[in-house]
Amino acid sequence: MAGTGAPLCRDCLSDAPAGARRCPSCGSPRLLIHPERDALSIAHVDCDAFYAAIEKRDDPSLRDRPVIIGGGQRGVVATCCYIARTCGVRSAMPMFKARALCPEAIVVKPDMAKYAAVGRLVRARMLTLTPLVEPLSIDEAFLDLSGTQRLHHGSPAATLARFASQIERDLGITVSVGLSYCKFLAKLASDMDKPRGFTIIGRAEAKALLAPLPVGRIWGVGKVATEKLAAGGLRAIADIQARAESDMIRDFGREGQRLWRLSNGVDTRAVSPDRETRSISSETTFEQDISDAEALLPILHALCEKVAHRLKTADLAGRSVTLKLKTSDFRTKTRSRSGLRATQLAARIFPVARDLLTPELGRTLYRLIGVGVSDLVDGSDADQADLADPDLARLKATETAMDAIRAKFGGKAVVKGIGLERPRK
Amino acid sequence: MKITLERAALLKSLGHVHRVVERRTTIPILSNVLLQADGRSLLLKATDLDLEVTETVAADVGMAGGTTLPAHTLYDIVRKLPEGAQVSLDAGEDGGQLLLKSGRSRFMLQSLPESDFPDLSAGEMTHKFTLAAADLKKLIEKTQFAISNEETRYYLNGIYMHTSEIDGHSMLRAVATDGHRLARVEIPAPAGAVGMPGVIVPRKAVNEVLKLIEDAESEVTIDLSSNKIRFNFGQVVLTSKLIDGTFPDYARVIPAGNDKRLVVERSDFQRAVDRVSTISSERGRAVKMALTDGKLVLSVTNPDAGNAVEELEVDYDSTPLDIGFNARYLLDIANQLDSDTALFRLADSGSPTIIQDRDGAAALYVLMPMRV
Repeated sequence: MAGTGAPLCRDCLSDAPAGARRCPSCGSPRLLIHPERDALSIAHVDCDAFYAAIEKRDDPSLRDRPVIIGGGQRGVVATCCYIARTCGVRSAMPMFKARALCPEAIVVKPDMAKYAAVGRLVRARMLTLTPLVEPLSIDEAFLDLSGTQRLHHGSPAATLARFASQIERDLGITVSVGLSYCKFLAKLASDMDKPRGFTIIGRAEAKALLAPLPVGRIWGVGKVATEKLAAGGLRAIADIQARAESDMIRDFGREGQRLWRLSNGVDTRAVSPDRETRSISSETTFEQDISDAEALLPILHALCEKVAHRLKTADLAGRSVTLKLKTSDFRTKTRSRSGLRATQLAARIFPVARDLLTPELGRTLYRLIGVGVSDLVDGSDADQADLADPDLARLKATETAMDAIRAKFGGKAVVKGIGLERPRK
Repeated sequence: MKITLERAALLKSLGHVHRVVERRTTIPILSNVLLQADGRSLLLKATDLDLEVTETVAADVGMAGGTTLPAHTLYDIVRKLPEGAQVSLDAGEDGGQLLLKSGRSRFMLQSLPESDFPDLSAGEMTHKFTLAAADLKKLIEKTQFAISNEETRYYLNGIYMHTSEIDGHSMLRAVATDGHRLARVEIPAPAGAVGMPGVIVPRKAVNEVLKLIEDAESEVTIDLSSNKIRFNFGQVVLTSKLIDGTFPDYARVIPAGNDKRLVVERSDFQRAVDRVSTISSERGRAVKMALTDGKLVLSVTNPDAGNAVEELEVDYDSTPLDIGFNARYLLDIANQLDSDTALFRLADSGSPTIIQDRDGAAALYVLMPMRV
């Protein structure tokens, strides 16, 4: 094995002599050069334009054209390929805006089942590298490769480079890898050289590298927190680095300490493989903004049924229900109720969501509605017989029967009265 | 206002009313007790806006009038005065302060005007009836333990009282449930109660009512409407708002076809359950009951601690059955029973079980099993 810091070719995985610009074996310029290369073992692996990459793989005619994965007229962009990104299209952008920016784009409706299947294959490959895989979503995960040198006959950097080229060869999609000594920097690194990137951030340069970045790049700092920090004169991470830890704690409490630590490259969170599902939710954006209950309730009911179905599939039950609304001027409201009895029944989730929605109805127009169930427990604790709920047994039996019919004849085989289309007035 | 009265009488009355006053409240007047002197008596009143207690006590009234004083402070002062002392209260002309004198002690207390004190008792009462204090005590005591703490199901946070026609007799029933257990106690309905609306009396009110029943031989008169209830104990009157909600149709959860009958010696059973549950963990409080002909085996298994088994001779001749219950719930119910034996009526390991003193007893308990 070459000494620490020697270049490693990401294509043929052979070591190159120090100072080489290209791999002497295969001529590739993709050399991995970093003085701490073999000392780092926390990685973040992120698939590049995941949904779009899968669609391009399965339909070669899409290869050189801009592709956007997203819902109909009023949905949002789930993913877009790198060609579409050159036009300015971004994830989570409203579809109409994306179409305006990139009129020649091919829009593909998402096929979640297919993406989930590929995601599982990628996950399985990760688990051959280390048991310490912490998935963040269907297409990204943290990996802790500490102590795997002997097993994989190479440093974590070499193992990851091999992993990336195997995914590319076997699954036909590309990934970007970030390698560092902690989760925060590994995630930052994977995003620095997308697509097909491999970025290493070592201890030596961490602080200097963070300094010029805006505070919004820190994990968990969104719009509101950014404004709050800006009000305190903190815009770049350097501004936080310049302050004492104690001052940050005084001004922003516990969160201040977290920000100071991350800004200085200190992140002690371990990669924990069994991060459980925290919530299950479903939401939809309307073709046209809606304000009245008559139109919203059937949609809400359908979402509750979807969430209930996913709870049952995952054998989970929830004790909190959250309603999410987005107004026509893009303000998001959430309302929730907790302390419920663990349930996985749409017939139990819907009344709670409806009660949360009722006070919000009136003059406001909404463009999106969503419902989520959190505070999850094991499915075996769901809807336990309850002396204070004489209707429960009947509701449970009805829903179980409906589920059985749907499993056999399809999702629309049987619908509750509320879900039926009403004649338009 | 200017009055003099016995320390003992004042202390007893303050003892009754001051418990209603919340220790922490954002509305200053709610920390106070209302004092109104008139004729030959002093009226004391305290409230938390949901519940109000008033009491009248004999006093030597020099000048009629009223004021309000911090309830807990006043109670503590009077409590610390020597036994047999006389207490005089002098609110003066301008108000704002009150002078309390007893022996050589003098307290100048900040008061708030009586006109600011909220009044709960307004409103028409539609039904009135009188029952023995012992009966009221029984209705509350035997159901209170099953009241739920769940905030989301606020309609379970009290005792549901209603009348019902059973085999041609009108009965007054008290019911409470938290979903895991249900307690139902009945007495023959007193005249005047028949036709009353079903009402949910909040937990705090029933707790106070129990404390106010001092003499079980006495009688209590109840006035109620669809949103208030008033308990008259002679000198003390407690008025409470009712919980505005619908109590579940509990009759449907009381099983009718449980045909496996088990009779146990109550105290033996209680002690055995208590013993085996010693090793149960905080989380899993399940005790398993294995029933075979004439024999009950109680067992608890805690993977962290070990297991415990105890065998009892019982009256049981149905098909063998294994069923689990929360040990604490079993003991709560066993503690409420009166007779030497307890009757269990069971169906199967997943269905609710009925526990009573005997068939047709006034108190009936339903308990949900646990998986074991």
